[in-house]
Amino acid sequence: MPLLVLIGVALVVAGFALRLNPLVVVTVAGIVTGLLGGMSPLRILDEFGTGFAGSRSVTLYIVVLPVIGIIERFGLQEQARRLIAKLSFLTTGRLLAAYQLIRQVTSAVGLYAAAGHPQTIRPLVYPMAEGAAVRRFGRALPEKVLEKIKGHSAGVDNVGAFFGEDVFVAVGSILLITGFVDSTYHLQLDALQIALWAIPTAICAFLIHGSRLLYLDRQLDRMMAGVPRTPAPRPQAAAGEGTEAHR
Amino acid sequence: MIKVEWFYWLLGAVFLAGAVITVRDRTNPKRYGSAAFWALVGLSFPYATFVSAKTAPPWVLGLAVIAMTVLVGARRLGRGTTEASTAEEKSASATRFGNKLFVPPLVIPLVAVIFAAVLAKIHFGGRPLLESGSESLIGLGVASVLAVVVALIMLRPKSVAAPLSDGHRLLEALGWSAILPQMLAILGQLFTDAGVGRAVGTVIGNVLPAGSLIGSVAVYCVGMALFTVIMGNAFAAFPIMTAAIGYPVLVAHFHGNPAVVFAIGMLSGFCGTLCTPMAANFNLVPVALLDMKSRYTTIRAQIPTAIPLLICNVVLMYVLAFGVL
Repeated sequence: MPLLVLIGVALVVAGFALRLNPLVVVTVAGIVTGLLGGMSPLRILDEFGTGFAGSRSVTLYIVVLPVIGIIERFGLQEQARRLIAKLSFLTTGRLLAAYQLIRQVTSAVGLYAAAGHPQTIRPLVYPMAEGAAVRRFGRALPEKVLEKIKGHSAGVDNVGAFFGEDVFVAVGSILLITGFVDSTYHLQLDALQIALWAIPTAICAFLIHGSRLLYLDRQLDRMMAGVPRTPAPRPQAAAGEGTEAHR
Repeated sequence: MIKVEWFYWLLGAVFLAGAVITVRDRTNPKRYGSAAFWALVGLSFPYATFVSAKTAPPWVLGLAVIAMTVLVGARRLGRGTTEASTAEEKSASATRFGNKLFVPPLVIPLVAVIFAAVLAKIHFGGRPLLESGSESLIGLGVASVLAVVVALIMLRPKSVAAPLSDGHRLLEALGWSAILPQMLAILGQLFTDAGVGRAVGTVIGNVLPAGSLIGSVAVYCVGMALFTVIMGNAFAAFPIMTAAIGYPVLVAHFHGNPAVVFAIGMLSGFCGTLCTPMAANFNLVPVALLDMKSRYTTIRAQIPTAIPLLICNVVLMYVLAFGVL
């Protein structure tokens, strides 16, 4: 019964729905899927080993953490907030939309590794997006508003990178398409053609997400309308300090 | 030739340094379990070099990976509570250094650009200077090291080891989610090898509306997105959905332009990536990095873009690949 292996998928869905620790859920689902697929325990351990070895590139971003850590100790996020306070035409939404444009264009010319959540969003973009909102409203931002700005600060990098990088010829996804299709179906696909046909979707992504970001300013206005005017000169503490609520 | 493996060893050293910092950190109530976790991760990176070269048995690494999960599952992973500097110190330092603080983070993209645009094309005696296929990873590695050097020279912290302890504090904030993307890659490989792809392909093949072009386009695009939500990766979804519908139905039967079909098919998968916690490096790592309260905040911000964009993809493929206009 080949459909039995789908139990592994169901385990992941159930585990995430029950808010169990994702690392544990994924490991258990992997072992169960392997067993249902008829693998021996040694083969499953081998799969874990080769899978870890083959996927190390996704963890390489950790090497930027030391420099981000030291400049945060010296007040980088604080300085990012001060800078945004001077650029009064940049609202939270406009700032994020501008970042999306930069991220998409630089990814489209092959520079997708230049930015990302650890190296640009945490130290620069999020503090500026939050600082712009603090300046606009002139009071402390409630948890709900901070959370929304955080979500959009993280999301803008994903949308920008995904729908920019596919316009670049030598990116992994295009090489995967040509590699798979050419060897399986004996076609001769031109990578440049694939990259070219990614442009219409890239434009749609920019228009859809960009408009949502500009609309974000009005959403924040509405969320802040019910918040009492208590003066709060100190902006919120830097992200990642203190609480552990996401665990 | 500069190899990407060098930077995996550097990364291993960063994790091992973190293990040493953790074991000496009395503010961490679970310092021994936490140190064991980071040490296992740190040792796994250099060992994996030999697994990739097929000179060491992979099951040893597999055991280490499962041991990491056991430590997390048994709640032995914690974090210290010391802060690098108080808010007042940060404020005073920001006044003192001003916009010079932006120099080290700007070194990273600058060096990455130089590597991607210039050094990637240099050859010595017929061999490339940078290992082919890993140019941007090598650029990121070199850029990070140079940025640390620039920061040390500019800011002159009391100890040259300060970047390691400051970086480790960020790593502690990531916690187990630092290795979740790799665990998901392992799961994806297990799914593929156990035949999950074929099973899902069978299920989706059964719902295919026979003979309808727009229906087939929609099933291919939406199927790519849904499959990516399950696997966490559009790359895993692409071969299966393409074998089930993309090639036999859209290209061979309806004579669609293959470049358009496959390009937009892959981008439909990316819409799925925006919606799934399985894409941990994009959707869950930032939750830890920005200290969000809910695991799903990033995804919530992205779904209202992903759904209309997926509809755009269906329309674009229908219009552009089949000469409808």
